[in-house]
Amino acid sequence: MRLDLQARAAPSRTIAIAGPILALLAAMLIGAAVVALLGKSPAEAFMAYFVAPLSESWSLQALAVKASPLILIAVGLSFCFRANLWNIGAEGQFTVGGLAGGWLALATRDGAYQGTFGGWWILPAMLVLGAMGGVLYALIPAILRVTLGVSEILSSLMLVYIAGYGLDYLVRGPWRDPQGFNFPVTANFDPEATLPSLIADGRLHAGILLTVVAVLLAGLVLSRGMFGFEVRLFGTAPKAARFAGFSERALTLAVFAISGGLAGLAGIAEVSGQIGQLQPSISPGYGFTAIIVAFLGRLSPFGIVLAGLVLALTYIGGEGAQVSMKLPLDLTGAFQGVLLMCVLAADVFTRYRVRLVREA
Amino acid sequence: MNPDFVQLVLITVVTAATPLAIAAIGELVAERAGVLNLGVEGMMIVGASVGFAAAYLSDSTLLGALAGTVSGVAMAGLFAFLVIGLAANQVASGLALTILGGGLSGLIGAGFVGQKRTAAPSLSIPGLTDLPGFGRLVFGQDMFVYAGIALIAAVAYGLARTRAGLTLRAVGDNHQSAHVLGFPVLRIRLLAVLFGGGCAGLAGSYLSLAYTPFWSPGMTAGRGWIALALVVFASWRPWRVLAGALLFGGATVLQLHAQALGVGLPGQLLSAVPYLATVLALVLLSWRNRRGAAAPAMLGAPFIADR
Amino acid sequence: MVNWFRSAATMALSLALVGSAGAAEKMKVGFVYVGPVGDFGYSYQHDLGRQYLQQQMGDQVETTFLENVPETDSGRAFEQLARSGHKLVIGTSFGFMYPELKIAKSFPNVKFEHATGYKRSPNLSTYSARFYEGRYIIGQIAAKMSKAGVVGYVGSFPIPEVVSGIDAFMLGAQSVRPDMKVKIVWVNSWFDPGKEADAAKALLAQGVDIIAQHTDSAAPLQEAEKAGKLGFGQSSDMSRFAPKAILTSIEDNWGDYYVGETKAVMDGSWASKDTWGGLAAGMVKMGPYVNMPDDVKKMAEDTEAAIKSGKLVPFKGPITKQDGTVAVKDGEVMPDKEILGLNWYVKGIDDKVPQ
Repeated sequence: MRLDLQARAAPSRTIAIAGPILALLAAMLIGAAVVALLGKSPAEAFMAYFVAPLSESWSLQALAVKASPLILIAVGLSFCFRANLWNIGAEGQFTVGGLAGGWLALATRDGAYQGTFGGWWILPAMLVLGAMGGVLYALIPAILRVTLGVSEILSSLMLVYIAGYGLDYLVRGPWRDPQGFNFPVTANFDPEATLPSLIADGRLHAGILLTVVAVLLAGLVLSRGMFGFEVRLFGTAPKAARFAGFSERALTLAVFAISGGLAGLAGIAEVSGQIGQLQPSISPGYGFTAIIVAFLGRLSPFGIVLAGLVLALTYIGGEGAQVSMKLPLDLTGAFQGVLLMCVLAADVFTRYRVRLVREA
Repeated sequence: MNPDFVQLVLITVVTAATPLAIAAIGELVAERAGVLNLGVEGMMIVGASVGFAAAYLSDSTLLGALAGTVSGVAMAGLFAFLVIGLAANQVASGLALTILGGGLSGLIGAGFVGQKRTAAPSLSIPGLTDLPGFGRLVFGQDMFVYAGIALIAAVAYGLARTRAGLTLRAVGDNHQSAHVLGFPVLRIRLLAVLFGGGCAGLAGSYLSLAYTPFWSPGMTAGRGWIALALVVFASWRPWRVLAGALLFGGATVLQLHAQALGVGLPGQLLSAVPYLATVLALVLLSWRNRRGAAAPAMLGAPFIADR
Repeated sequence: MVNWFRSAATMALSLALVGSAGAAEKMKVGFVYVGPVGDFGYSYQHDLGRQYLQQQMGDQVETTFLENVPETDSGRAFEQLARSGHKLVIGTSFGFMYPELKIAKSFPNVKFEHATGYKRSPNLSTYSARFYEGRYIIGQIAAKMSKAGVVGYVGSFPIPEVVSGIDAFMLGAQSVRPDMKVKIVWVNSWFDPGKEADAAKALLAQGVDIIAQHTDSAAPLQEAEKAGKLGFGQSSDMSRFAPKAILTSIEDNWGDYYVGETKAVMDGSWASKDTWGGLAAGMVKMGPYVNMPDDVKKMAEDTEAAIKSGKLVPFKGPITKQDGTVAVKDGEVMPDKEILGLNWYVKGIDDKVPQ
């Protein structure tokens, strides 16, 4: 017996909407079974994971803060993935963005260079530097690909670790806080270098606005602009795209720059808005999780927002379940894995008819 | 330099290289068949927890290693169902597999935290193992080391010299023509992916049964990712996997030996060596072969038979 | 006027609290760990402390924990606990310092505790253990037991806690054997069993016959056992991992502290302070002294007793730095603040602190 896939003439709209919902339900059923096996109430777990985080203002803010970098990175990646280019190094571009912007924050600390102009320019400059850092770092695999044909999947992945060790070196060495008792962290950023809170005493910081703008812009570009058309054409029919006179090189560089830039921006927003200093690790794997978010969201900006929020919900719900039900953290990891697999599987049904056939 | 000291250093290099080599040789087979499985780390960590749990319960290292291998195969089966059965995206599925593996291994291993076993026994051949200078290095390793070398030899021979190997490479280089020639593309890929999972599971159980004989969450500490780099570094050639594993394993271990000798080396730089070397290897390979011909041409592309 | 308002409000609030604190109301205590509780090291020991608290206080408390919390995400974890009715919230990693400080400010009615940090606020206490006291003892044992006269030391990161541990170890060793040598290998990780094992192997290849460690896993000790050499346990009694090699363990013991703080919150006597307890306070405990002759055991027990009673102070002068300058004059004691920021080796250590 084997599975037989037959391409649909056009992706099925009904399944495109029903698929992810069914996948979520399937994952929940599997999760419920495991929870029951652990001797806890599945209904209570459902409340803790999916309802409780949505019922309070603070946890909604936490949700937005957690989802924001995921969405920002994933929106950028969707340009790459639509063009069938596989930038899986967003984690590294995030790190370099945080480093580049963080450098300025450290250089201007304690009011340095603020005499003549004041401090208003620091934050915007940090964001620009962060985005630039991400762009430049993402261009390495892009340039290697267009000049030498190096697989961008592998080179971008390797660069993640190189960036990570670079950050580790700087934070433990030259950039370490001289007043910090030798601990491997930089000094705290000045208020001028910190993204402000949007709500007094709340978690919501101005970095969220960057994400909102990026999502709206991406939606506009992808649906209306010529560039969006070009990206899609290269992804679905590269020959036709070349025939139409589009440059594959220029496109590769462009989509890598976009995804790297947004990842870098997410990095500096996280460092400036959330952490307030540089540390040996500034990301709990946002760059990798965002790849999955991009797929869950079917590479559309609106879908990505939804997917980012769902994934963030499982993190926050998972913490809630640890507190209220003493469910182990590993359960959340396993559940996320199962959920992603279900969605990936469901995705296939929108593009293909799947039948189980007996071996002929 | 004292030959005994050199031998001791080389033994540690071999131990550090073994899990990388075993995991990488499995991934190499999957990639030569055209499937990129980024879930090596996830399969390894499940192999480590299941391997330890089984060995602890059965009191047998061999059964543990076997169970670890089987658990890797099972994880790979899940992955294969998605990417081969349903033609899902390989990058995303592999990452999902890693996330799942991290959680699953924690749940399985939770009951075994703080338990210990004696390490897998080392080979001891009277007369040979005691040979000065190289006896322990050549004749005194544990079974995983020899199994790893045997695996690499078998894969090298199989890929180059057997019909099955030829078919596998054909599938990885051009699945359409392989299909037209009548090869069962999907079945070959399935077997290659399962083999890769088994190797990753075995490599994981090596960590919890021989390297440091206990279970601990996250004990793979990124070795699955290094194994992925290693396949590329080796330009998809089996014997180069062995050489690369010794180099990558050596980079970490020699840094520690240098410290013990009182020579300080920048730790982060040496830790980054595997990745830097891999990027460099990628560039050099592509330079020579133009258009990235070193990689299997179908790497990452799903196959759907159209009829 | 404003003050009057405030105190009235506080009074109303405390009345409301008393009112709601019915007979069977449990006090909730929450913990935030940086690692998995399954690390069998640092986070595991804190969780043992939590379990001890639960067992001691029975029905009076309910304890919860969040494990494997990345430092960048810890603010949310603290807020989660503070909002879900926890009256005492405990963060156990240095990296939680600023996030916890910030959340403590937003929740003045919740008491916070932060391990190994140095920033306090009216409702945030800090606490840590003087592990270096234990290291002084194992230094003495190592000096007595080593035939080679060289000890291997597996370090995590060259932060003051670890550096002061190495210094205390050597001061102890030199007190019984002035020419004692130490070789140090940094693995740049708190927890990577494979790398820790490799580091121990590298040291053993250099001819050391005792392994001391300041990393979390039992791997270095196991390597010592495999090589037929000796070693020390870290965080918990690790004798089961290496019954033949282990000499003793420096155990973290947080349970009593947690019980004390919880009771203080309950009876209203809790106040923000810094606690840095050692052997005398029971925050550091020595495991059984085994695999050593009776005279060495006696010496270790005597030293332990002397440190407990305050007769012996590990960082008491004269202490000379590597470059020969006097760090602590004869008869003087190094101030705590200096120990907490220690970044130099004492004379006799033939190595450099990595910068």
